[in-house]
Amino acid sequence: MSALTLQDVHKSFGKVEVLKGIDLAVVEHEVVCMIGASGSGKSTLLRCVNLLEPVDRGRIVVGDQELTARGVDVNVVRRRIGIVFQAYNLFPHMRVLDNITLAPRKALKLPRAEAEARALELLERFGLSDKRDDYPDRLSGGQQQRVAIVRALAMRPDLMLLDEVTSALDPELVAEVLGVIRELASEGMTMLIATHEMSFARDIADRVVFLDEGVIREEGTPEEIFSAPKEPRTQQFLQRIIEAGRL
Amino acid sequence: MQAGSRSSKILDLGGEGSRSVAVAVASTLVFFGLVVLLVVNSAGWPEVKQAFFDPDVFRASFPDIADAFLLNVRIFLIAEVFILVAALGIAVLRSVPGPVFFPVRALAVAYTDLFRGIPTILVVYILGFGAPALQIQGVPRDPLFWGIFSLVLVYSAYVAEVYRSGIESVHPSQEAAARSLGLTRPQSLRYVIVPQAVRRVVPPLLNDFIGLQKDSALVALIGPVEAFRQSQIEVAGSFNYTPYVATAMLFVLLTIPLARFTDWLIARDRRRQR
Repeated sequence: MSALTLQDVHKSFGKVEVLKGIDLAVVEHEVVCMIGASGSGKSTLLRCVNLLEPVDRGRIVVGDQELTARGVDVNVVRRRIGIVFQAYNLFPHMRVLDNITLAPRKALKLPRAEAEARALELLERFGLSDKRDDYPDRLSGGQQQRVAIVRALAMRPDLMLLDEVTSALDPELVAEVLGVIRELASEGMTMLIATHEMSFARDIADRVVFLDEGVIREEGTPEEIFSAPKEPRTQQFLQRIIEAGRL
Repeated sequence: MQAGSRSSKILDLGGEGSRSVAVAVASTLVFFGLVVLLVVNSAGWPEVKQAFFDPDVFRASFPDIADAFLLNVRIFLIAEVFILVAALGIAVLRSVPGPVFFPVRALAVAYTDLFRGIPTILVVYILGFGAPALQIQGVPRDPLFWGIFSLVLVYSAYVAEVYRSGIESVHPSQEAAARSLGLTRPQSLRYVIVPQAVRRVVPPLLNDFIGLQKDSALVALIGPVEAFRQSQIEVAGSFNYTPYVATAMLFVLLTIPLARFTDWLIARDRRRQR
């Protein structure tokens, strides 16, 4: 069953058309990695799926619900979609535990005890139990990003969107965050991931999508995309990545 | 950490160690010594001393003025509570998005423009004399009420702007994070945006409150006998200006703890988040 379907999605900022008709389907338990140069539309696409940006045209369907239909309660829909940002975006005025329990308590109306039990279980699982009472500024970038992932997971989403979650991290901290994502994938979490980490994408993705100038230029298995890309644009992009020593 | 320890000091000596303390003390003594010498040796000092710094008049007038000053304290404490709430409401209304709410935003802008524009003293006069004169059933006629009401109107306009600058200083990614978790816009404001905004604006906000404390004297103009009015009465009785100085002293004494409290709050917040 399809977890996420995009049909002919268009999005412009002013005169610049960032998404020029995207068609994409992600099935349940599938991990799809989006690769492509900066400005190719990866982040915008993820923000559109979460309705942080309204789309100009096209349909977005999550599970059996069309987000782009009229009269949809975006707050209800968003609870089913977790998003993790490049810059973590933790709430700096709240302790780690409160960061995680805020939305379950206020949006899902869970009692505090239940929300905290849920949060502590997740913190435990990702080795962050001792950070529960710290403010985010005290944590390393890798720890902050793991907390951000836990915060999204605490809503028990059907679908996770990851927007270049390792791009702001020091190289030695990337592995711990990728480890968390791997674990999610192995548990069958449906994920749409925008990433610059090619070897990670190759390793974790069921399917890789190459985004170029607002369209999906090519898609296929990691093997097809990374070893035998068909489109000249994909070949060029991967060539540059290899020259930069990142594949 | 460095920034935190620095700002937690009330006064920065500009250096470390006993030597800089000694230099600071010496230069302070020299500076104020010179100022005192200049004043005390001026031609008019004997008369000024007599008229403004008469210890006997001070002792005689101080208890009544201090008593009346409690009314000032009441005035601004009551006003502050209402201002904190009203101003936040106005600031939030001003940031409501969407074309439907244009009238709301326009109204909030008009309000802040109007009440920052009119001199406080005129608001006090107009409302203090005008509103009770309408003789509408249920509208209070107590000048104290209208005095406080005027201060709330004027200072809410200022404080709303302070809040707004705080709200706008919170990065949009914070709201994106809150909304993406399924929180509604009011929930995002209440739990994520406003708490961060308020922390950032505590210093300018308390600065406005120091201004308000002083302006509580304006309520005297429509009747209530607070410290300033009381000192006028004392001056009229003694033909000596010392009661004004006593009143000024009381206002300053009240400002200092508030200013230090502000410093302490900021320092505490820095420590907590690091």
